Amino acid sequence: MKYEAVIGLEVHAQLQTNSKIFCGCETAFGEEANTRTCPVCIGMPGVLPVLNRKAVEYIIKTGLATHCAITPYSRFARKNYFYPDLPKGYQISQYELPLCEKGYVEILVDGKVKRIGITRIHLEEDAGKNLHTSESGASLVDLNRAGTPLMEIVSEPDIRSADEAAEYLKKLRSILRYIEVSDADMEKGNFRCDCNVSIRPVGAKEYGTRAEVKNVNSFKFVQKALEYEIKRQAQILDEGGRVVQETRLFDSGKGVTFSMRSKEEAHDYRYFPEPDLVPIVTSQETVDAIRKTITELPEAKRERFVKEYGLPEYDADMLTQSRALAAYYEEAAKLSGQPKVISNWMMGELMRLLNAEGKEIEDCPVKPDRLAGMVKMISDGTISTKIAKTVFEEMYGSGKDAETVVKEKGLVQVSDSGEIETIIADVIKANPAQHADYKGGKDKLFGFFVGQVMKASKGKANPDLVNQLLKKKLSE
Amino acid sequence: MELHDRTIHELRDMLEKGETTSRAVTESVLNRIKTVDDKVKAFITVTADAALAQADRADKDRKAGKASPVLGIPVAIKDNMCTTGTRTTCASKILGNFVPPYDATVVARLNGAGSVMPGKVNMDEFAMGSSTENSAFFPTKNPWDLERIPGGSSGGSAAAVAAGECIAALGSDTGGSIRQPAACCGVVGLKPTYGRVSRYGLVAFASSLDQIGPLTKDVTDTAIVMNIISGHDPKDSTSADVPVPDFTRSLIKDVKGMTVGIPKEYFIEGMDPEVDKAVREAVKALERLGAKVVDVSLPHTGYAVATYYILATSEASSNLARYDGVKYGFRAQGAKDLLDMYMKSRSQGFGPEVKRRIMLGTYALSAGYYDAYYKKGQQVRTLIKQDFDEAFKKADVIATPTAPTAAFKIGEKSSDPLQMYLSDIFTISVNLAGIPGISLPCGFTTGNLPIGLQLLGRHFDEGSVLRAAFAYEQATEWHTKRPKL
Ligand SMILES: [Zn+2]
Repeated sequence: MKYEAVIGLEVHAQLQTNSKIFCGCETAFGEEANTRTCPVCIGMPGVLPVLNRKAVEYIIKTGLATHCAITPYSRFARKNYFYPDLPKGYQISQYELPLCEKGYVEILVDGKVKRIGITRIHLEEDAGKNLHTSESGASLVDLNRAGTPLMEIVSEPDIRSADEAAEYLKKLRSILRYIEVSDADMEKGNFRCDCNVSIRPVGAKEYGTRAEVKNVNSFKFVQKALEYEIKRQAQILDEGGRVVQETRLFDSGKGVTFSMRSKEEAHDYRYFPEPDLVPIVTSQETVDAIRKTITELPEAKRERFVKEYGLPEYDADMLTQSRALAAYYEEAAKLSGQPKVISNWMMGELMRLLNAEGKEIEDCPVKPDRLAGMVKMISDGTISTKIAKTVFEEMYGSGKDAETVVKEKGLVQVSDSGEIETIIADVIKANPAQHADYKGGKDKLFGFFVGQVMKASKGKANPDLVNQLLKKKLSE
Repeated sequence: MELHDRTIHELRDMLEKGETTSRAVTESVLNRIKTVDDKVKAFITVTADAALAQADRADKDRKAGKASPVLGIPVAIKDNMCTTGTRTTCASKILGNFVPPYDATVVARLNGAGSVMPGKVNMDEFAMGSSTENSAFFPTKNPWDLERIPGGSSGGSAAAVAAGECIAALGSDTGGSIRQPAACCGVVGLKPTYGRVSRYGLVAFASSLDQIGPLTKDVTDTAIVMNIISGHDPKDSTSADVPVPDFTRSLIKDVKGMTVGIPKEYFIEGMDPEVDKAVREAVKALERLGAKVVDVSLPHTGYAVATYYILATSEASSNLARYDGVKYGFRAQGAKDLLDMYMKSRSQGFGPEVKRRIMLGTYALSAGYYDAYYKKGQQVRTLIKQDFDEAFKKADVIATPTAPTAAFKIGEKSSDPLQMYLSDIFTISVNLAGIPGISLPCGFTTGNLPIGLQLLGRHFDEGSVLRAAFAYEQATEWHTKRPKL
């Protein structure tokens, strides 16, 4: 049977506030265990939480950037469970009345825009970390992370494939980075994802039974975990079985998901309104003021790039992934006056070289003005597009500008017809048999001669001129 | 009269005139503790050396020109308020060795005003109880009759004030825990409006109901202590950012123009007739002092005890989750694994009443029961609040008995939690509504046990409560009586 996947994602992203959510401790990491703590974040008796208003502002900003409605009257709730890294025995989170509800994020699927609904975005505190030492067999607790502000972003079950899930996560991360509320770095653990996935026969209206794959921590793993899970569930259904509703974990080494099969699944969190904090009342003025701090978002930028620079949706989408990338593009496009050519270079050579080294655009040794300079040298015929690839690689490796590279390596294009005619004469002389065949009607050999001429000129001959002169000479 | 028997304002006047010193007052109090606390058992921790050092400091500060109504005055602190460097046990084994590295805001404010802390006083474990019999360490006795309970949970505070083991004390009131022991021990106890006094550093029992207040020998002292401890605290989001009046300005000797409401639901069958009579006499006295007396109705009173025991225990079940043996406090030995460590530490660390309430609250919040219990409880709480809003349209203060009986015998109700819960029947609604309430002495039973009159006011109108209480007190002599020990 043909199945369709139904996927909803719950993302936990750490907010980049300076201090923790309910106390004045700084949110610094990699510090010595339990040195970024105070009586409040380690849950001493009698202490009380005081809300960090910046964290609320960041959530509202995220809500606005994802087209959510901002709840005018929101409140915190306690989520009760015992674990050593949870110092109060409850996590302060939100349950009823989250800060943001009913928004969406746009992704590109097969070049078309698709909306993935956002159910809710709420604010909560992170727990600490348990450390298990092998020597003594003891377990230790580090509470530096306890009380770090997190946002939970819950999507609607609108995602239909592992690829869409990855696209959605990338878009979400890009938004969070654009509005500077989270660095959303999965590798650092400050962007984590729980995946709810079920399958149903194509065309069916009802949802199948879902499994939850918890705590997946990279885009690649989310994609792999979902692909595996979809296949696993399809196999169960094909064999006439039933999918069990359960929590599963992803084994990244084996590329499989497995059931947690622990008592933790049976948790009754006994949520109730947090009596130590007053409700968060958000006025329209506050929302408007926060809205003003939001600059152009990826969606709007993408649309503008399509309109202003005549780029295809796909290119515009790629180039607006991060603010830095988009800024790089716009600068180079403006300086060169050739937006489409810049886009091709960025999506091609530039990304290839950056990806090979795992670098971000911020670290690119070729700055936008240099890329623009090189593109101009192509358009004014100083270098050929083909040579330009060599020039670009050299620029990337040495940090030099195009002109210097071209001069040093002697890569200026040969556009002198006398010089090219000499080369053509030599080539024809060296290949009498092919020349005879060409003349006898084998037109295809024209390409062979172009190749020979380019080779002989070490790629520097102006290709247009080569074509033009070769046609003339071969038929003489 | 011995120094330890005097009030704050008497001692303040003497100190200001140079008739005594803080050292002398503090020594008098510490001697009194030495002499009578073997019998009364009010103190968990006596901090004699620190108290004398504070007293000397106060005397020095006074010479240097510092003035404050509590400068150099010994004020005992209930053992659920955090005190830097002095253990804060909540009368529980699970916090038996807990020494906080911070002060509760009320403690910091008293320290700032130069008061002296003679020690930490006994209570029902985690403030759960009405008799102080639930202390994990020992029960406190009523100074008027050592066979009887001092009330609870602030029984140590009330007994210490009544016995002259301190000049005043702080208690906390979640369902009557200041007012009922004040009534039992013949002292004055005020539960302020919820949000009037910071809860920071008060070990939480039920966060939406807990409030700190003074227990003193007369109404004037209550106003003086309220002036020190009231006001917004940035460390407590639920503390109200509203102006704090000078409460001593409410100490007016008449109640002309005031209306006193009498709720029929508070004069019930089964109430001790002596209590009934004393409270009715007190109402007549208020009328003589110029008040108009009217009947009011608080129709949802009958649901208050059930509502309270659902909401308070729900919050408690969560508030007490942090005592897990992981970070501080008691950890049981010999646990097999993590779950075993939790279970053993909490089973051995908490007493039976605390465990009973944790179980009740856990149940009330459980999936499938939440709507029937916790949510319903919140709805009834709103109705109880509305009852008071209605009643206060007709009356400025409401007068009721503080408790249905005078102090009962130790052990008399400890085997029957439901009977015990009913001793708070007149005080509990006040916490649910968040309004202020005071208990002050209004007579004695034939067995020479104090009887308490409760006066309630509108939100943040402690002023009217204090005025009516002061006018009544000044027209009577109950507050001058001291137990013989
Ligand atoms: Zn902290």
